[in-house]
Amino acid sequence: MRELTYVRATSAAEAVAAVTADPHARYLGGGTNLVDHLKLGIASPEVLVDVSRLPLDAVEETERGLRIGAAVRNSDLAAHPLVRTDFPALSRALLSGASGQIRNQATTAGNLLQRTRCVYFQDASTPCNKREPGSGCSALEGYGRYNAVLGASESCVTTHPSDMAVAMSALDADVVVLGPDGERRVALDDLHRLPGAHPERDTTLAHGELITAVELTRSPATRTSTYEKARDRASYAFALVSVAVALDVVDGEVADVRIAWGGVAHKPWRARTAESLLRGGGLDEQRVRDAVAEELRASETGLDTAFKVPMLTGITARAVLRLAGATR
Amino acid sequence: MPLLRLTVDGSPREVDVDTRTSLLDALRERLEVTAPKKGCDHGQCGSCTVLLDGRRSLACLALAVAHDGAEVVTAAGLGTADEPHPVQQAFLDHDGYQCGYCTPGQVCSVVGMLEEAALGHPSHVTADLDPDAGVDLDDAEVRERMSGNLCRCGAYAGILDAVRQSVGAR
Repeated sequence: MRELTYVRATSAAEAVAAVTADPHARYLGGGTNLVDHLKLGIASPEVLVDVSRLPLDAVEETERGLRIGAAVRNSDLAAHPLVRTDFPALSRALLSGASGQIRNQATTAGNLLQRTRCVYFQDASTPCNKREPGSGCSALEGYGRYNAVLGASESCVTTHPSDMAVAMSALDADVVVLGPDGERRVALDDLHRLPGAHPERDTTLAHGELITAVELTRSPATRTSTYEKARDRASYAFALVSVAVALDVVDGEVADVRIAWGGVAHKPWRARTAESLLRGGGLDEQRVRDAVAEELRASETGLDTAFKVPMLTGITARAVLRLAGATR
Repeated sequence: MPLLRLTVDGSPREVDVDTRTSLLDALRERLEVTAPKKGCDHGQCGSCTVLLDGRRSLACLALAVAHDGAEVVTAAGLGTADEPHPVQQAFLDHDGYQCGYCTPGQVCSVVGMLEEAALGHPSHVTADLDPDAGVDLDDAEVRERMSGNLCRCGAYAGILDAVRQSVGAR
């Protein structure tokens, strides 16, 4: 591990100024991903600017919903009464991720900015375009069980690991970002990017931009929302595939439906084609399966990932129909 | 090198640490606090679990300098040989210790987990998220909440019995 200068920021603006000024500086939040990367030799910042003690650790009720501070711990967010009642998909997603200890340490912004767990990205001795641009992609011909089936490129076939981000996508979250020129808002769906020719860039944030909050707007659909996750063991594992659904059915017809998938792409995958096919009209299993099939027409699978298509179809149909039984 | 001030198992401690030092290494290598164990060192096994400012946390993924001023309680600080903590006694009563390597982390994790449940925090297997529903720590809940602690001896049955006893004692 390279020598590090540690700086504890006393304000968000000071943190932004410090990281913006130094291309070798990084923010440190809960550290559950970054500290591991320091040990694995896949991150080697010279300066760490600790933002974990900034006063960004509150969940506040707003007129439209909730404002979640960037430093709120995953465990606190999952347990928050208003998250449980108005955005249950978010609680469910958080609780399906990592372990009790890690959820106590990990933060909202850090969760969004965590990096892929692709085994080749995590192994500094193997080529990886995300870790070292131009070195090649070992996952193309290698272990592919966790590879993407949507939106991948020749450069990178990995998936985004966050459960929380998938729920936030279906909840139409906005991310509040502070940069050297002030604050801007980014829709959660525009925060992460598909790999294209630059898989080393996970997000659309510029160096130095700091996530300060995530904002959620409550609606009948967000109150009837859930998150389901399929994985290789019952607990403490990343998703093979996952789905977040927010649904509002009025008089038997779909008034609002939002579907996001995890484990299938370089970013949380918002299934907008499927949503538009389901909006209006009643719900039955075949209709959901047909809508998912339409969304998945663009999917590309190999021997290792072919299972994801039926698994995603089944888990999505189950989540939508369960919620349908619970709406108005 | 930054000076790190910690309260460890009730005692104030000070140590100069390199900024790269994990909290686990600061405890074990610099302060000779060896109850938390280094298992995987990557956040996957739970053997380094301590109570960090009152919450169960992984000392291997915590950068020591980021926790200046923190209160750390390890399994060694929960009780004594003569007066073990009720959770430690429950592990003894139900043969939950086995080789002992993961045990300090398991014990800290149980203590932290019981506190989380007492606060009404739900888990992945909690059926009803209603904030007023309360937490019933049945076996499925305990298994899920303890899934961050691996035991290579496979003493899970004894640990589960120990947690049942600890739940009853609360």
